[in-house]
Amino acid sequence: MPQLFLIAHLAGRAVAIESGQVESVVDIGVVVPVPGADRQVRGLAALRSRVVTVIDTRAALGLPPADVQATRAVITHVEGHHYAIMVDSLEDVAPFELLPLSPGIVLDAGWRGTGCGLIERDGEPVLAIDLRALVPGLTAIAA
Amino acid sequence: MDDLLQEFIAETRETLEALSGEIIAWEAAPDDRERLDAIFRFVHTVKGSCGFLDLPRLARLSHAAEDVLDAVRSGTRLPDTRLVNAVLAIVDRIGVIVEAIDAGSALDDSGEDQLIAALEEGAVVLDQAPVPVPLRNPTRSVRLNVDLLDRMMSGMSDMVLARNELARRLRDEGADPSVEAALERLSLTVAEMRDTVTRTRMQKIDALFSALPRMVRDTGAELGKSVMLHMEGSDVELDREMIEMMRDPLVHIVRNSIDHGIEFPAERRAHGKRENGRLSVAARQSGNQIIIEISDDGRGIDTERLIAAMVAQGRSESELRALSEKAKLELIFEAGVSTKDSVTAISGRGVGMDVVRANVEQIGGRIELSNTPGKGLRIAIHVPLTLSIIATIGVGVGGQRFAISRQVIEEIVRVGGDAIRIDMLGDTAMATVRDRRMPLVDLGTMLGFDRDEDQARMLVIVGVPGGSYALAVPQVLDHEELVIKPAAPAVMVTGVYAGQTLPDSGLPMLLLDCAGIAAMAGLQFGREIAIDEAVVEEQAPRVSALLFDDLDGVRRLVPLAIIDRIEPVAIESVKFSAGRLRLSTENGIIPLVVQGEWAERHSLSVLRLRDGAAEIGYAIGEALDIVTLPEKIAPSRDVGPIAGVVSLDGEQVELLDLYWLFSTHGATRSDEKPPLCLIDGVDTAWMKTFLKPVLEGAGYRVATKLKADETAAVILTMNGDASAAKNGGAPVVRLRHDATAVDARDASVYRYDRDGLLAALAVSAGGR
Repeated sequence: MPQLFLIAHLAGRAVAIESGQVESVVDIGVVVPVPGADRQVRGLAALRSRVVTVIDTRAALGLPPADVQATRAVITHVEGHHYAIMVDSLEDVAPFELLPLSPGIVLDAGWRGTGCGLIERDGEPVLAIDLRALVPGLTAIAA
Repeated sequence: MDDLLQEFIAETRETLEALSGEIIAWEAAPDDRERLDAIFRFVHTVKGSCGFLDLPRLARLSHAAEDVLDAVRSGTRLPDTRLVNAVLAIVDRIGVIVEAIDAGSALDDSGEDQLIAALEEGAVVLDQAPVPVPLRNPTRSVRLNVDLLDRMMSGMSDMVLARNELARRLRDEGADPSVEAALERLSLTVAEMRDTVTRTRMQKIDALFSALPRMVRDTGAELGKSVMLHMEGSDVELDREMIEMMRDPLVHIVRNSIDHGIEFPAERRAHGKRENGRLSVAARQSGNQIIIEISDDGRGIDTERLIAAMVAQGRSESELRALSEKAKLELIFEAGVSTKDSVTAISGRGVGMDVVRANVEQIGGRIELSNTPGKGLRIAIHVPLTLSIIATIGVGVGGQRFAISRQVIEEIVRVGGDAIRIDMLGDTAMATVRDRRMPLVDLGTMLGFDRDEDQARMLVIVGVPGGSYALAVPQVLDHEELVIKPAAPAVMVTGVYAGQTLPDSGLPMLLLDCAGIAAMAGLQFGREIAIDEAVVEEQAPRVSALLFDDLDGVRRLVPLAIIDRIEPVAIESVKFSAGRLRLSTENGIIPLVVQGEWAERHSLSVLRLRDGAAEIGYAIGEALDIVTLPEKIAPSRDVGPIAGVVSLDGEQVELLDLYWLFSTHGATRSDEKPPLCLIDGVDTAWMKTFLKPVLEGAGYRVATKLKADETAAVILTMNGDASAAKNGGAPVVRLRHDATAVDARDASVYRYDRDGLLAALAVSAGGR
């Protein structure tokens, strides 16, 4: 059964995010750093009257920081808190069929935790990711 | 108390509604343990509540039903249909009484004895005449869904931010005054609305604490125990939902503490404790939790007796003994456990604790016990913080702002002041603030900012459980009331933040957790001492004082309580007359005390000081402020108008010596009626002319004739005048013409012996 997926670019790669995880897509303004927190936490940002925790996706994937900080983010709601997951760019939203990862494929260190399958877009396979896996400090991560 | 009653009614009504299903289910299956427990909890809660609401009828009914249900729970009675009916009749009756209380209508209590009697084993079944349910009185309160309130709150915050944005735009573009006025009006309304909306969701924890003093007193009195209650942190504002959920657990724990924990005075004496038991209830925020701590200095939990009681109920002894000490303590949370031999109306069988834990866990909280056998028990209820309004101080470090809860701040001092030192002990920094030594934590270093960038210039002295430390910060900004929400786990895991907030600036801000910072810095404080200190502090109430500039330019203090009023007076009403400076007032002349030049001035401000009887005026230059009088006073070298000097924000300020002022200047009494000295007999002309001013100066009223309703305190007459001494039982002082007495037995006084005369009068008139 096809599901709606948001196609985004993350650390230079195209990824598919299941739309149920996405609350909205925003441009993040000023980010207030949180001293002492892990590198994945870029800081806090105000989204209207809400405070969201901004996740540095490259750091969460264990990649070196980018030259230019991204400003677009996908807002997701996990365990009572809102997180802004930074993305490089967003492409479109379309229904796709979620397929399991092809046998024998082992993802790289940072991607291993978050990849949860793949979709096929115009013959090009795109990794489907679970945003919750990018959020640090959760009590339990559902598979 | 009315609020509490209303809440009790609303709650009972609600539980009853929820319970009606359970009751019917129980009727169908009397063996159903869960249903039984639910009904038991209901009557138990009603019993607990009406204990301190003083509702004896409800207390009697619920206590009786509780007894029977407990017997069923422990298996000594079987829940047959008759018993179920009897219990249900009581539950119904409780509902009827509650409605009657709400409506304020009378309800006769006939039949209640029968209801209770019907609970007895082998009682005759009675047909209850159905009681007409009185009509509900509509109340001016509604219960709302919390989600609705939450939506309202976030809508409100959005509105504030939109207003800010609009204001910014208008400022940038230079709008015309009429638009600005409209915006101003909008701002006011928005601010007011925000306050109101916030209050719909928040409540001071005081709402939870306010019932405690009365409850502790009543419970203590009922049991013949004397308990001193100490409360802390009652101004923390919390989610109403949370406050509601905490009410029952808190009441149960406090009652249990008094009933089970605190010993009888005689027993306490025998154990070398002070007779008054001490119970302390404190609320504080720590991290993303609210902790309510109830500690007593009673006997603690005797795990041996607990195990014995459980064994008596048929539990395996070896199994219980194998438990860890912590697990043994937690046995008190099991249903139906008590180490108490008799059941009282206060708390009963250790039930409650299972209810307490159920309630707390329902809201995602937990209970921690810390037991010192023979010394006391500390129960800490941890509940997650959903949101709270906290008065905060903003601090700036590394170009970023953080908030610190005002509640934990003892004071803020500037580095470099005379009384402030920072030293290094080895590699450990230590601050000395006016002879108080305490650990120093540099916030910038702690948060990983570059230390050289901005030097810490201010010390925020914060109190954490067990002690205080100085937090060094570069900047102290401003004071703000903030709505604090919990931060994401990834932020909380750092251990230095208590929550996050969105101030009007639109930039998120973090609230620092001072206890967490202390823990991160590895500070260790002893706990026992701190509790003692807190009690001592409480016993010394703070005295307010007026700070003023005196006429001689010196800044001085005078306790506020003594000041009747401050008023400006015209310089003409001040005059040096009859040996001293006096002030004419609307009702007479009072002594005026002046330190410094006054004659040049056009008018004076005068403090009218009153010690209850005497009144004096004290001329000052200018009243400045009302301050709290420091406890430490360095006494003055000489006796005089200055009692000593105190330190106020590092400044030396003199304190007026009231005792000296009144003993020196306040001789004439203006309030009290002076005792009447009756001059009687012949020679009254001499006495009137010569003695009257002397006597009046000494504080007597002088008369030569008594009015109808007067009695003389003392009668003065010339020696050998037989016409005197006819005026009732008043003592008589006699004067003689000769300097030396003719007769050794003669008790009279030489008429020009001023001191002797006044002394004799004083003795006779009764110690004046």
